[in-house]
Formats: sequence, structure tokens, C-alpha cells
Amino acid sequence: MSDLSAKPVSALGGASFDGFAKVREIGPLGMITLRAKPGTKGLDQAVKAAVGTGLPAVRRMEWSGPADTGRGCGWMSPDEFLLILPYAEVSTALAALEQALKGEHALAVDVSDARAVFRIEGEKAGQVLAKLCPADIDRLEPGELRRTRVAQVAGAFWAGEGGYTLVSFRSVAGYVMGLLSHSAMAGSELG
Amino acid sequence: MLLLECPYCGVKAEETELAPGGEAHLKRFGPGSAPEEFEAYMFARKNPKGVHFERWRHAYGCGKWFLAARDTATLEVFGTYPAQTSEPPADLVEKIRARRPDWKGYK
Amino acid sequence: MSTRLSKGGRLIDRTAAMEFSFNGKRMRGFRGDTLAAALLANDQMLVGRSFKYHRPRGIVASGAEEPNALVNMGAGGRFEPNQRTTTTELFDGLAATSQNHFPSLDFDVGVVNNYAARFLPAGFYYKTFMHPRPFWKHVFEPIVRQSAGLGKAPKERDEDRYEQAYAFCDLLVVGGGIAGLQAALIAGAAGARVILLEQTPHWGGRAPVDGDVIDGAPAEAWIDATLEALGKMENVTLKARTMAFGSYDHGYVLAEERVADHTPGDGRPKKRLWRIRAAKVLSAQGAIERPLSFAGNDIPGVMLASAVRDYVVNWAVSPGDRTVVVTNNDDAYRTVLALKGAGLEVAAVVDARAQVTGALPAQARAMGIRIETGRGVVKVKGGKRVTGVCIGLQAGEGAVLDEIACDAVAMSGGWSPVVHLWSHCGGKLHWDRRHHMFRPDPARPPITHDGSPMVIPAGAANGALSAAEALSDAAEQGVAAVKALGLKGRTTPLGKADPVEEAAMEPVWIMPQGAGPKLKMKMWLDYQNDVKVSDVQLAAREGYTSVEHTKRYTTLGMATDQGKLSNINGLAVLADALHEDIPAVGTTTFRPPYTPVTIGALAGESRGEIFQPLRRSPMHEWHEAQGAYMEPVGLWRRPYCYPRAGETHEQAVHREILNTRAKVGMLDASTLGKIVVRGPDAGRFLDMLYTNVMSTLPVGKCRYGLMCNEQGFLSDDGVVVRLAEDTWLCHTTSGGADRIHGWMEDWLQCEWWDWQVFTANVTEQYAQIAVAGPDARKVLEKLGGMDVSKEALPFMTFVEGHLGGLPARVHRISFSGELSYEIAVPASHGLALWQALIAAGADYGVMPYGTEAMHIMRAEKGFIMIGDETDGTVIPQDLGLDWAISKKKADFLGKRGQERSFLASPDRWKLVGFETLDGSVIEDGAYVPEEGVNGNGQRNVQGRVTSTYYSPTLKKGIAMGLLKNGPARMDEVVEFTRMSGGTTKARVVNPVFLDPKGEKQDV
Ligand SMILES: [Zn+2]
Repeated sequence: MSDLSAKPVSALGGASFDGFAKVREIGPLGMITLRAKPGTKGLDQAVKAAVGTGLPAVRRMEWSGPADTGRGCGWMSPDEFLLILPYAEVSTALAALEQALKGEHALAVDVSDARAVFRIEGEKAGQVLAKLCPADIDRLEPGELRRTRVAQVAGAFWAGEGGYTLVSFRSVAGYVMGLLSHSAMAGSELG
Repeated sequence: MLLLECPYCGVKAEETELAPGGEAHLKRFGPGSAPEEFEAYMFARKNPKGVHFERWRHAYGCGKWFLAARDTATLEVFGTYPAQTSEPPADLVEKIRARRPDWKGYK
Repeated sequence: MSTRLSKGGRLIDRTAAMEFSFNGKRMRGFRGDTLAAALLANDQMLVGRSFKYHRPRGIVASGAEEPNALVNMGAGGRFEPNQRTTTTELFDGLAATSQNHFPSLDFDVGVVNNYAARFLPAGFYYKTFMHPRPFWKHVFEPIVRQSAGLGKAPKERDEDRYEQAYAFCDLLVVGGGIAGLQAALIAGAAGARVILLEQTPHWGGRAPVDGDVIDGAPAEAWIDATLEALGKMENVTLKARTMAFGSYDHGYVLAEERVADHTPGDGRPKKRLWRIRAAKVLSAQGAIERPLSFAGNDIPGVMLASAVRDYVVNWAVSPGDRTVVVTNNDDAYRTVLALKGAGLEVAAVVDARAQVTGALPAQARAMGIRIETGRGVVKVKGGKRVTGVCIGLQAGEGAVLDEIACDAVAMSGGWSPVVHLWSHCGGKLHWDRRHHMFRPDPARPPITHDGSPMVIPAGAANGALSAAEALSDAAEQGVAAVKALGLKGRTTPLGKADPVEEAAMEPVWIMPQGAGPKLKMKMWLDYQNDVKVSDVQLAAREGYTSVEHTKRYTTLGMATDQGKLSNINGLAVLADALHEDIPAVGTTTFRPPYTPVTIGALAGESRGEIFQPLRRSPMHEWHEAQGAYMEPVGLWRRPYCYPRAGETHEQAVHREILNTRAKVGMLDASTLGKIVVRGPDAGRFLDMLYTNVMSTLPVGKCRYGLMCNEQGFLSDDGVVVRLAEDTWLCHTTSGGADRIHGWMEDWLQCEWWDWQVFTANVTEQYAQIAVAGPDARKVLEKLGGMDVSKEALPFMTFVEGHLGGLPARVHRISFSGELSYEIAVPASHGLALWQALIAAGADYGVMPYGTEAMHIMRAEKGFIMIGDETDGTVIPQDLGLDWAISKKKADFLGKRGQERSFLASPDRWKLVGFETLDGSVIEDGAYVPEEGVNGNGQRNVQGRVTSTYYSPTLKKGIAMGLLKNGPARMDEVVEFTRMSGGTTKARVVNPVFLDPKGEKQDV
């Protein structure tokens, strides 16, 4: 039987929608959930080695590079970080993390395939999120990571690179795309 | 709809971002405990009109459980604090006493 | 006649004529008209029929308080009943029809109820529809259904779209009248983040109509200047056409924005629901004028005095050529001045007060207008339109002293502050003895999260009724709001209105005060629900003393207008009947919404495809393309079966089972929960979580485990896999992943926070496929890349590697009883693997199977299903799962609960199998009855079926169920109930119907 190692596919195959803001599915991005308490020996260096950023402060996303292909590390909870990197580098990074944190209490797992990632771009992109999330989008600082409810599902987003990056679970990618498209429809600007 | 500040991530989360977890500071009684103790742990719940301690999880946010002290009648929130404690922090207790001189304490 | 005046109309644009229709009749109006104004301009005073008596009803008010003038709007997918004409903006092509009449508005047969009014008193429904009981279904219910409800429910799917939006601010100012503008200006200048809402399309409220003078000029100039100043502030957002209809805990306010109500079909959302979170709410919603209770006060042409001048000044509409003004206060004289100013006649002012001394009456007197003091309206004459009034002494019993011909009556009974935002969230009111009204009691405000007042009332909403008082109160409250927000105020030029000297009003709750029963039966309190003075008095005589009970008994204030006009008058009548003080009787509870809200706005985006999140597995599209019949499992959609052409679902399910048992089948098991647990204390933690021991599971092995809640009842089950020395992978049920992950985190965070354990929910990371059947191994071998032999990969073990080139973890676990592999690959490779397996299995006759085949196959094997065999009251011991409960462990979650004595009773219902004597299938949910009845007179029961199917493998009905002391009753024949009557006889058997030794799965 032939080798199946075809390219990984994102949940929606790069769907997009043009309204008063542009919505597009990006990815698949490489993502690692890293659970460890700040102060764990070797943690800062391990994160630096994996994604090239420092450990983020509370509710921050440390990001470098373009929105679609950059690397970053986000603060998810007091003992959880989200590492973002190119999909193809995940297994190497996981092995490196495992090595760097050997003997320490930590857990790193691949969640690249568990997620769907969207970009919302345009001058009024924030309004798309303001229609769906009980979060004060106008006061969201660049690089601030907000985990909240997106209509009826969980989501996390941050502002940067001329728009917002929104992460949801993969199984509800279609629902989230539907929400974003509905909210971005031309003529429905909030002002 | 309540607004509670998650003590872990600092988000002022609205109720829909949270999951309720009932009364706080319950003591677990496991095997070997007397029926009365187990009953108290399992079923006996306070239902005060006034100061109450509750468990909430920042379910749509950082996922952490935290505890909240609030007045069930006026909905005044006296404070929120991390769940890794078996009793409310002293400064919070003091604050509640100042606001509610009649309060009989959390036990 | 009501008609359009040739001059004036501050809100209309006479260059923009618009055509509309009412009951098919073509009419014309102008841009800026409300539908009510345009109807009046076309002499359409009669707009509907009342709810109970079908009395002709006309337009009474000019705003959200209108009780009568509700119409059907639009057609087809844009049909909407109960649209308030006074708040509906006119647009070209608008089509409205009147409602609640049969067969026509002008001739209504339901009006016979009117003549039967004495048979429809307060509490009519309660009294009449009680007995005899059998009459309900065939007599009472059809009558109630025929006559219940205002308007008609739309039949077609709503063509419009709706949405919601969240907004945050320091200060939410509700009401764009002069008080709201003043307060917003103060807060805006202080740097507060301000949102200012106005329900109408216009700013400034009543001030321009009332002729108020601010800073030496007509109010409009100050309003324009203030709007301009606010518009320049980046921290201030102005929203017109937005109604704040409810206030809730901690500064949460809901508001409905009418985005495209007046521009239908332009592609914008019709309405938008705003969910606003404000640190403080400043309520500047103004006040509503009260009607007076005199006989015939519902005849078309009787209107609120303020509404009459609104129509004249705002829309250049004359409600009538000759108006009688009836009042108990000075404010109504503004209507006299407005009518005279428009060149209309005021036949008389009937003033209930013996002494009339204020500045406004003096102006009217100077104009030579007849003022009848100490007089009241005894009754209004007319049917579908006012023709005159009979007047008499207010202090008398109704003797008619004079008759005055007129075609309109303007009434004013004083004003009531709008307090809903104050009251919804617990603010209390007190009785203002000067204006005879309830207003916010500053000592008992609604409380927000920090214990401070949440709502700050200002202007007329705070009882400051005149423009001068309103502006100065708004300034004071605006500064208070800024202070409460912790901001520093900045000097802002504040508006000051010229004071107008007004004499005190006199409370008048019935006119004339000594009116007898005949008059009281025609004094309407609640126009929409047809509640009269006599109804409230009857309720009091029948013993109703609580205002809340009286409201429900009489239906006073329970219509769609929420009693905006009727509540205070009704309350006063009740207080009088009870010989109580009004404040002692109190008000009913204020509840949102203040005005009706379209359900579409409440649903927002949740319609159609995005009604609710639908979870899709990575292979979802393939299943759909194959024509799979999908069933909901939580929010997931899973294939129930894959019917082929001409097959019923049952036939498809049976084919899938037989094929899997004989050859090989494939199941999409991606929805199974998967949680990684890691750390030095992970083994200890899992030993607490599961009833059996997981810490001893060797690396590379799988073990089935049970989880219980602290009461000992089963809550979830699944296979646990030990990935590494310190790492386990816990499989949960499909619906249970989030719940169990939360459960784990709860214990780790709140009880054992010093244990070193991390969890991660990786459910969606993996697509999981079960390949089951005698030929399963051959299919995997064909894919290649991994040794899947019995020796290399024995039953209840797993291996990680590559299968067909994909990174995969392959488990030898079985829920079907067959040789079975469960393969997990990253979700983005799921479809590729699925298709590869289908291709590789083609030679072996592989078929996909759905959840129903899975359910039947597990039942044939006697495997339990959480939610079927369990219902939250079942312990593992009830299901014969004692083997999965550790006897050695000192503690696990649920252990103490299971030690409770009643759970050891021999009378517990326990799991057994059932085989019907005739091979038929026991009905779902069937019970095994027992002799005798319980305390409620219900038949005793001794067991019930939990899973029941036709087994295509065994070609007979099989079932599992819980039976009192079941395992001790093997071979006994019991009887199950049947929906159609009679019973089904079944033999108690071992629940494992197929391959009891488990040989097939372990090859
Ligand atoms: Zn949090």
C-alpha cells in the first residue's frame, strides 16, 4: 500500500468570506499545549528554543512573524501555555521540549489538529468579534490574549498583524465560520 | 447576570463565561466517615439570604476554579480568590465584617 | 375629523411624500411620520378592537405607552403582528392591517361581548372555566383558543436577519431627552466612556413640544448644540432608535436597536440586540402621562393631552377640530396653547380642581378659553368617534350639568416617572405627595457588584417633571455619576431652563369621584386588556388585597403595554376600595422587557446553520456524501446507519451488524473523549478517580475503568491506556469528554492541589476509527507499516507507529466483541485514513457501520452503555461490575457513597438479560409491574428494560434491564408492560448473549 503521508488538511480547507471585514480560515498551524508552572526549571529556555519567544505574562501572546506563519507563545492559564509554530516542526519541538524538561513536572501535547484558526481583518474587524463575544474588544490591547465565549463555543483570540487571530476547536470550525461570516456581512457595521 | 473577576487571569468574566460549582469550603468525607458526616458533605447545603461562599470555574477562560464571596440578596460581590484554600482569606473576612456587621461568619 | 395641518410639523419632511396602506386603503404621509401620525393625518382614528369586548379603539398616545394602536405589518416572510403604530416609522410601501376583529374593523361581531360585559367580570376566566371538568377539552378550550391572543402568529419563516452585539461603558445614559443629554455631556466631558441611548429617532424628548426655553432660546437650539458637542467626544457613543428594555445584575442592560425596521429589505439586520455592561446606568427615561378614569374614556378621539400636542407640534396633525381638555393639573394647558397656536379650537378645559391659578391656565384664560373648574367629565358621547362630553361636578355623583360638542378629548391625570431600569434590578420606589406619583427612592437603589447604587435616575424619571427641574436634576445626577465612577468632573457649560410656575395637581382617580356602578363599568383602566374600574373594585370586594393577586385576577397591566398607562390608576382604585393609602398597597413587580422585543432579536445569529454548534468529526463530509443517516450525540452528529438504495434504516443496521460479525466493519469513533493525564502523582490520582486500580496498569496496556460520583453512582466509563511511566490516556464516553475533564480538574484544583498532575483534553486532536470483525487484521495488514498480529499486538494492548504512512496509535480494544482495532491518527489525517481503510478493506467486504449497529452489537455482548443502563441512581454493583471495583483501595471517589446501607439491600434492581418467550422485542422503557399500588395509587413496579433490540445475529429480541434482585431470579419468567395494553413475557437470562467467554475478540 502506498504511503499516505499526504498534507494535513485544515477543518475547512481555507474557507473565506468577504464582508465589511475579511474572514479566512488559516492553518493548519502547529500547536502545542504546554502545561507547566512558571519557574519550572528550563521552561523559559525550552519555550525560547521551540518558538523563539519569551514566556508570556498573564493573558499575553508573545508573537513574532506574520499572522499566518509566525511563531508564538500564549498564556492560557497559570500553568498552561499555547505554543504556535509551523505544523511540520511540531514533532521535533515536542521531542525537544520533552528533553529540555526531563525530570520536571510538565506536560506537552500536540493539539495542532484539535484546532481551527481564523483571521479577521479590516478596519472594523473588531466589530465582528464584538457581536459574538462578551469581551470588551475596544479595550483589547495588541498582543492581549482573550479566552472567552464565541456565541455558543469556546474561543481564544488576540489582536495583531492588522487584524485578529481566533482559535476554536476543530469540530466546530464550520459553526465558527458561520458566525464570523454572519457577523461580517456588509451593511451590518456597528457604526 | 453576574460579573465575577477571575483571580487567576484578572478577567472580569460574565456569568455565561463561568460554570457554577455550588457551595465552597465543603470538607470531603470519605470511607470510614460517619453517616452524619457523609450526609453533611453530600447533601447539607447552606442557603443564606446574605453572605455566601461559592465555587465558580472560569470555564470559557483559563479553566480554573475560584471561590467567590457574595451577598445572595443584593448580589454584592465581596471578593474572589483562588480555590486552593480551605477557608476564606482573612482580609476578605474582615472586609465582609465591615460591610455586614451582623454576619455570623463563614462556618 | 383628524387631519394634516397645512403648516408646521417639526419632524416631518413635506418634500418626501410616502405612500402606505391601512386595511388595503391607500394613504399618504411624509418622511418623519410615525404610522400613528400618518393614520391620524388620514382621519383614521379607529385602528383596532379591544381584546375582550372588541370595542372600537383609537390612538391614545404618541409613544411606547400606546395600548390600542397595534397593527399587523407586512406580509409573508415579513409579516409581524402587534406592531405599535406610535413607534413605527413610516416608510414608502408600508402595509398595515388592523387586528383583533371579525369580520372587519368597522363591523365586528365580537362586539356582542361588549353587551355581555356584565357577564365577563374580573376573574371571568377563573370562575367560568373551572367546572365541569370534562367541558375543558371540547367546550372551553376551543373558545379560549379562538379568542385568545392579540394578532396572528406569522406563518412563514422570517425573511429578515438579526444579530446581537456586546458593548461596555462607564456610564450608560438611557433617554435622549434634555436630562439625558445634559448628564451625558457632563460625563463625557469628565472623560467617562459613555453610551447614550434614545428610543426614538429624535433627540431632545418632550422639551421642544412643550415650548421649553433653555438658556434663553427655544429648547431645540440647546439640543442641537449639545448633540454637536457630544458628537465630537470620542468617548461618547450616541445610539438612536434603541430601546433599553431591561436592566439586570451588575450593570447589565439589554437594548433593542431598530436598525432597518424603517428600511425593510435593504440587507441590513432588521434589529440588533445590544448586551451592554455599564459600571453605572443613568436613567433619564422621562415620564408618562396618566389617563383619567371617566366613562367612555376609551372611545376613539379620547387621547392623552401630551399626545395631542405631540401630534400637533411634531407632525402637524390635528386630532380633531374641536377639543375638550380634561385635567387635574397645569401641564395639560400646554396642550391648550399648542392647539390654539395651530389655529384649532378648544371647546373647553374641564379642570377637576376648584382653584386654577397657575401661569399656564392664566395664559389660556387670557385667550378667552372656557375653563370649567371643579368639574369633571361624566361621560364621553360617541361610538366609533367622540361626538361630545357631558360634564358635571367632580365632587358629585354624575349628574350632567352641561354637554359640550367636540370631536377630540385631551385628558391628563398627571405624570408617572418611567422607572423600569431602576426597578427591574431591585430599586424601590416611594410615593411623591406633591405630584402623586411613585418615583425612585434614593435610599433604596438597586445594587451593583461593589455594593454601590447601580442606577442613577435623573430628570423626569427621577420625578423632576418640569424642564427647569429636569435640567438641574440631570446636572446634579450627572456630577454624582462622574463622582461615583471615580472620575474628576470638568467644568462644562450646563443648560438651564426658564422656570414656569405651575400650581399643584389634584389627585383624581375616578371622575366624578362619586360615580355609580353604571359609570364605573365604562371607565377603562387597562385599554388593551379591557379592565375597568368596576373590575378592580369587584376584585377588592371578593377579597383580593394584594396588588400582585389583583393584577393576575383582573389581568390589569398584563397586556403587551405592561400597564404603562393603567398601573397607577388601577392601584389607586384598589387602594381606595381597600381604604388604604396608595404607598401601603404598593406596586406590582417590574419585569423586563419594558416594551415587547422581537424574538428574532433575542435569537440573534442563532438560526439555520448556526442555530447551535454542530460538532463534526474529521470524516463528517464522507459520511454525508455516503448518505448516512445522522443522529445527534450531544452536539456531535454521528452516522446512525448508512442506508443503501431501497433499504430501511432497520435493514441497513442489520446488514451492517451481520457484515461486521461475518467479515469486517468500520466505525467512526472520533467523538470518544481522550484525556492525557501526566505527572508523578498521576497514578495515585487515577486510582482515586476510577473504581479499579489504574496505577498498576503496565505501559503499553489498556484497561476498562469505571468512574463514579461521590454518591457512588456510575457517571462514566472507558478504556484507560498507559502511554508511559508517568502518562495515561483516559478514554471517556462521547458526550462525557468535557464533563470528565472538568471533573478531573475540579479534584486537582480544589481538593488535591498539592498533587503533581497535569491533564490535557486531546479529544479533537485525534480521529479514531474502529475496525472490527474477523477480517479486521487483514485490512490493517494490507495498509501495512505495523505488526498487528496477535503476538505483537495482543488483546487489551496498544502500539504506536505508522500505519499506511500515517502516525498512528492502534489499540486492541473491542466494544463489539469482535477482533477489533481502534486506530487514532491526527484529525487532519482522519479522512485519509478512513478512505485508505475503505479501499484496503474492499476485498474483504468492509462496510462502515453506524451508532445503532454499535449499540446492538454491544448489547449482544452484554456491555453496558452509560445513559442506557445508568441513570444517575445506579451503582456499578447493580450492573454486576463488582469485578471492576477495587477491594484493596482505601479510597476512591464514590467508595464512601457505595458503602451506604441501602445500596446493599437485596431488593436493589440489578442488571439481567431478558429473552422474550415469543422472540419479539420488548418495548423501549417497558416496566415489570408488581402486585399492589404505591402511596400515589400507581401500580408497583419491580424492574424495567434499559436496552432492547432485535438481534440480527441471534435472530430474536434481546434486552437488558434492571430487576429487583435480578441475578437470583435466573430463568424466571416476568411480564413487561406494553403501550397497546397487555404484557410481553420474558425469561430472565444472563445479559451476555453472544460469546460469553470472549473468545472472538481475543484472537
Ligand atoms: Zn480565569
